[in-house]
Amino acid sequence: MTLTEDYRKRESSITFAAEPAGEGETHELLTLNIGPHHPATHGVLRLLATLEGEVVRDVQPIVGYVHTGIEKTAEDKSYWKVIPVVERMDYVSYYFNAMAFCGAVETLLGIEVPPRAQYLRVLHLELNRIMSHLVWFGTSMLDIGALSVFFWCFRERERVLDLFEYSSGQRMHTRYIQVGGVMEDIPVGFAEKVREFCKEMPRRADQYADLLEKNQIVIERLRDTGVVDQQTLLDLGVTGPLLRASGNPWDLRKAHPYTSYDHFDFKIPVGTVGDNYDRYRVRHAEIYESVKIIEQALDGLPEGPFIATDRKVALPPRHELATSMEALIHHFKLVTEGFRVPPGEAYYPIESPRGELGCFVRADGSAKPARVHMRDPSFSNLQALAPMVRGGYIADLIASLAMLDPILGGIDR
Amino acid sequence: MEIERQPLSDFRVRQLQARDMLRGDLSDEELERYVEDRVLLTTVEKAVAWGRGNSIYPLTFGLACCAIEMMTIVAPRADIARFGFEVLRATPRQADLIILSGRVSIKMAPVIRRLYDQMLEPKWAISMGACCSSMGVFNNYALVPSDKFMPIDVHVPGCPPRPEALLHGILRLRDKIQGHRREGWRERYDAVGTEEVLPQADGDSAAINVYQPGDTAGA
Amino acid sequence: MPDATGLELAAQELSEAIPGSILGTEFHRGRAVLLADPPQTHGVLERLRAKGYSFLASLHGVDYYPEEPRLGVLYELLDMQSVDRISVKARVATDAARIATVTDMWPGADHPEREVYDMFGVEFEGHPDLRRILMPEDYEGHPQRRDFPVGGEPVLFTYNEEQNYGKYQ
Repeated sequence: MTLTEDYRKRESSITFAAEPAGEGETHELLTLNIGPHHPATHGVLRLLATLEGEVVRDVQPIVGYVHTGIEKTAEDKSYWKVIPVVERMDYVSYYFNAMAFCGAVETLLGIEVPPRAQYLRVLHLELNRIMSHLVWFGTSMLDIGALSVFFWCFRERERVLDLFEYSSGQRMHTRYIQVGGVMEDIPVGFAEKVREFCKEMPRRADQYADLLEKNQIVIERLRDTGVVDQQTLLDLGVTGPLLRASGNPWDLRKAHPYTSYDHFDFKIPVGTVGDNYDRYRVRHAEIYESVKIIEQALDGLPEGPFIATDRKVALPPRHELATSMEALIHHFKLVTEGFRVPPGEAYYPIESPRGELGCFVRADGSAKPARVHMRDPSFSNLQALAPMVRGGYIADLIASLAMLDPILGGIDR
Repeated sequence: MEIERQPLSDFRVRQLQARDMLRGDLSDEELERYVEDRVLLTTVEKAVAWGRGNSIYPLTFGLACCAIEMMTIVAPRADIARFGFEVLRATPRQADLIILSGRVSIKMAPVIRRLYDQMLEPKWAISMGACCSSMGVFNNYALVPSDKFMPIDVHVPGCPPRPEALLHGILRLRDKIQGHRREGWRERYDAVGTEEVLPQADGDSAAINVYQPGDTAGA
Repeated sequence: MPDATGLELAAQELSEAIPGSILGTEFHRGRAVLLADPPQTHGVLERLRAKGYSFLASLHGVDYYPEEPRLGVLYELLDMQSVDRISVKARVATDAARIATVTDMWPGADHPEREVYDMFGVEFEGHPDLRRILMPEDYEGHPQRRDFPVGGEPVLFTYNEEQNYGKYQ
């Protein structure tokens, strides 16, 4: 049947050599489809696992089940309107998507972001990092079987979403980061609420650790499973907590600081062995570091405008529209056509909770971008799944997939 | 369901009545009345619909951003367990309700249709969010609206809908299952009769600036 | 980023090592781009990798319609030791859209090259498994080319509900 032949041809990346087992017997390989709909696949990821008994010999991920054509849609819209489109790509860390895009456009425009806006961006980015790690923590522990952690993490996540709603009006996909700065200044009372959250979050993170650190099941499932060495990860293009767990302290916030990250004092958690337990510990420790950054950002928040003062790029404040004709004209031009970006190309990388998130923007002088490409960290990190699970059991496959933290929206765009 | 209740004035009175009933001290008429107060009369369909509506098993099916908001309705703050729906089943054979949370790409649509076919009757579908109900933010080659390949009972708008909005949608579905016809907004705001008047097919060609059906190309 | 002079020096060095490989340089807003000749891109990348740019941050395609050659493949390289980025751009025409794969140097280029093939139609010679990754296997056309229509469905209003796409009955 041609369908099977076709399928077999496509499986050529998986070796079919029978492995000898036990008393000189050979076992047959079984290809199991862990399909797009599966409780443990963190979105719609399809895995073709080649199994020999319970041992995984190879795994081939098939993606594309949530491909939305975001990059194509972005070519059709003016720069201001691209921000909500691009935000929905990596749907848990939406501030980061907007930040990468706005950073690229700001590079092309050559405008300066005021310091207050930079600090506000850092504040929200770190809150989003905490929220992303909470979602990862809850869902991955759900895969391993620890249900209480899911409820506790989502309870904390609701507090972060309350803060987002306070500052921007929306829980998710807030469009808070705009080209030139942020959408709005923070309201009265926001700083106090954030400080309350920062006081409580480390205690809660301690509680999660207490629940899991000494648990024999968690340790057995995570320790020494899914070990990949650093050079393999670097060749695969993996960045973020996965690379840091294997010992390489590469973090764009320290290596190539953007948005005044160099004003803050924080540490980078780095693992030693590179197994799943290290990945869990690195992300868990990052929560504490993010809380520190948020507190420093609040303490040192400078006064000033919250968006660039260049009226050709950023909307004028509302109260000026009644008195100034130029402000009205600028507002009109920006809202109907949008600002024009001089021709050029820019690639702006930032450190998202999953790794290096880069945005490539090609401008051709008009009000719409000619090409927007988001270099998503999960897209490259997913290629590290195969070396992680070869030779392990299916249960280790599930644990490794959970610790990998793939977000399919970013992979498929 | 018809429920007939005698208005009892005092909790204490009811307590004493119950005590007398247990002792066998109630007179014949009082006993009759006591039993009638606690009897419900209904049809089998209504009782079954009431049961079905109060114990829906949703399918764990998350596609994109709306899936995160769907997870928050299982989480403590907006708690779906209040209504009895916390048993999310992973297999479609055991689930009643599929909540399409997120954008449906053309590669995923046949998979979803197969999942929907694998569910057993009676089954319902909620299309959560703007992307699967209409095309949402992304009106392009890669997406397909869910109406095109499967019947949907409730559409919940939002991008993503708040957990409370999704719960409202699920409760409207529950009303639909149980047969309570909730009044639509036109009845509630006394606006019956304000529906759109479709222009005539041949068109009043003398009129300028009148949009004919098919004039606007859609968003 | 190497500054403008550093970029010129690198370009000169590569031109001497592999004659005819560097067609030009661009330096815009701090970003250094080497324009490479498509048949020799593999050699250029090998030498850059030996020079220290050992991390392939991104591999993506751009459609430069209407300028010929139309399809560009961009390689963003990163030197982690000295925190330096450099880009290599190779432009191919639609009728000869072939370029050598870099999966032998960087196994992590596997999925990105498949994505460029899927979205733009550039074939990578030597790729272990070149097939569509984001679109369905039997899809026709390369969506992210500029002349491919955005597509979409007309929005369903009450007036066009019946005559528009068949609402599932």
